[in-house]
Amino acid sequence: MISRRKLIARGLGLGAGAAAIAAAAKLGSRFGLIPPDSAGFYGPGETLTYAAQRLLTRHSLAREFNPSQISPKPFANEVTPPLGEPFQRLQAGGFADWRLNVDGMVASPRSFLLSDVKSYPSKSQITLLSCEEGWSYVAEWKGVPLSHILELAGALPQARYVVYRSIQSDWWESIDMADALHPQTLVAYSMNGGDLPVSFGGPLRLRVPRQLGYKNVKYITRLTVTDSLKRFGKGLGSASPEGGYAWYAGI
Amino acid sequence: MADSLAVPASASVRSSVTAHARHAALVRVTHWIATLAFLALLVSGVEILISHPRFYWGETGNVNTAPLFKLSIPSSRDTVPTGYGYVLPDQNGWSRYLHFQSAWVVVLTGLVYLAFGFFLGHFRRNLVPSASDLSPSRLSMSIASHIRFRRPSEEEAWSYNVLQRLAYLVVIFVFFPLVVWTGLAMSPAVTSSAPLLVTLLGGQQSARTLHFFVSIALVLFLVIHIAMVYRAGFRNRMRTMITGRTNASQEPA
Repeated sequence: MISRRKLIARGLGLGAGAAAIAAAAKLGSRFGLIPPDSAGFYGPGETLTYAAQRLLTRHSLAREFNPSQISPKPFANEVTPPLGEPFQRLQAGGFADWRLNVDGMVASPRSFLLSDVKSYPSKSQITLLSCEEGWSYVAEWKGVPLSHILELAGALPQARYVVYRSIQSDWWESIDMADALHPQTLVAYSMNGGDLPVSFGGPLRLRVPRQLGYKNVKYITRLTVTDSLKRFGKGLGSASPEGGYAWYAGI
Repeated sequence: MADSLAVPASASVRSSVTAHARHAALVRVTHWIATLAFLALLVSGVEILISHPRFYWGETGNVNTAPLFKLSIPSSRDTVPTGYGYVLPDQNGWSRYLHFQSAWVVVLTGLVYLAFGFFLGHFRRNLVPSASDLSPSRLSMSIASHIRFRRPSEEEAWSYNVLQRLAYLVVIFVFFPLVVWTGLAMSPAVTSSAPLLVTLLGGQQSARTLHFFVSIALVLFLVIHIAMVYRAGFRNRMRTMITGRTNASQEPA
């Protein structure tokens, strides 16, 4: 038998719990701790993972390695689907006409040529690329910090995410501003001292070393700055959740 | 050992056949939540594993490098050379979602259980073996009776035997912390703020390999645990762990 006192105590407990969850959700969305794929059965776990990692790793730097630790045999993974005719045409021209367009919530939409991107102050890093499947390699990446590109286009203060697209139309991803403005997030065009090979994403690949391989989209052609991911695709943040994979890939 | 099993004829012994309290509600609830979460972690973990059933030591490893060892199973990726003529369907999306959600469940449940265990004396009272139980003669006696797969006495329905206590303590304080640690050590984001998590293990691929072995140890524990429960009387032990009460006729003095 449950006594009346116990029943009241439980009712109050439940009420307090519900209020606490509601308050946490409000705070969470105010401080950008709720991922775009937070609905559904796996939403609670995904939200805890993203919120915990954002609170603990907002400014932390991915581990960097010594030149001696660079993998002699990196693995490019497959390219699916095969690169189409537009890519091959640009490749035949030595990617001289490859463009990176920046639009959305920016003061002035820009269209950079590959040679423009290469002319900006560059950064290089020796970091680990690890795939959600379990394999990995260490390489030296060189490119322009994404933050510099965003600065050139004049990203507006209300920007919360950057959506990036590949020339392969079904590959598009997005990251929050913590990752977009992170000093190690690069628009990379060089790997291990040479041009970034096509199999590894050349001519341009977004390098996000604090997230797994699938957030490091190859062949990027367009960046869109936004304050909401609702209008993109199914509103889940990127192609990954639409294919059943988590939007946030820090683990 | 027979004398130690004799029930003391003290006044406090109730000899009725009614059910008696055995496991605290918090122990039972956390036990079953952890069980469900562990099974989900196991299924999703195996699923993630088949996308790359090769293991390495150190920081890096991929299909272009020599593995430490590989499992002779088919893979869900056509980039992995397995020797099988077919590729399994990719299930990593939901597997990874389920793996991390279950990990949160088991970690949060584990923290509640640890707080209960420390502050309300569960560990001291029920799990830490007494000094006399740890004497070589008592230990070897207990090992011998386990090796013979002897059915436990009624008294053991009321208290864990010494090997059982040691096994539970190792699972709670060694295997679970290790499996969480090695799991976190694979995360590029977590290790960006806590690099020691991975460097202490010798690298990200070492962490993955250790994660696999600790998981195997936990599965072995699960198999032995179920075998022991079966030997001790599956129905009564299950009822005890669900309702908290046992039908064992004697309560210890």
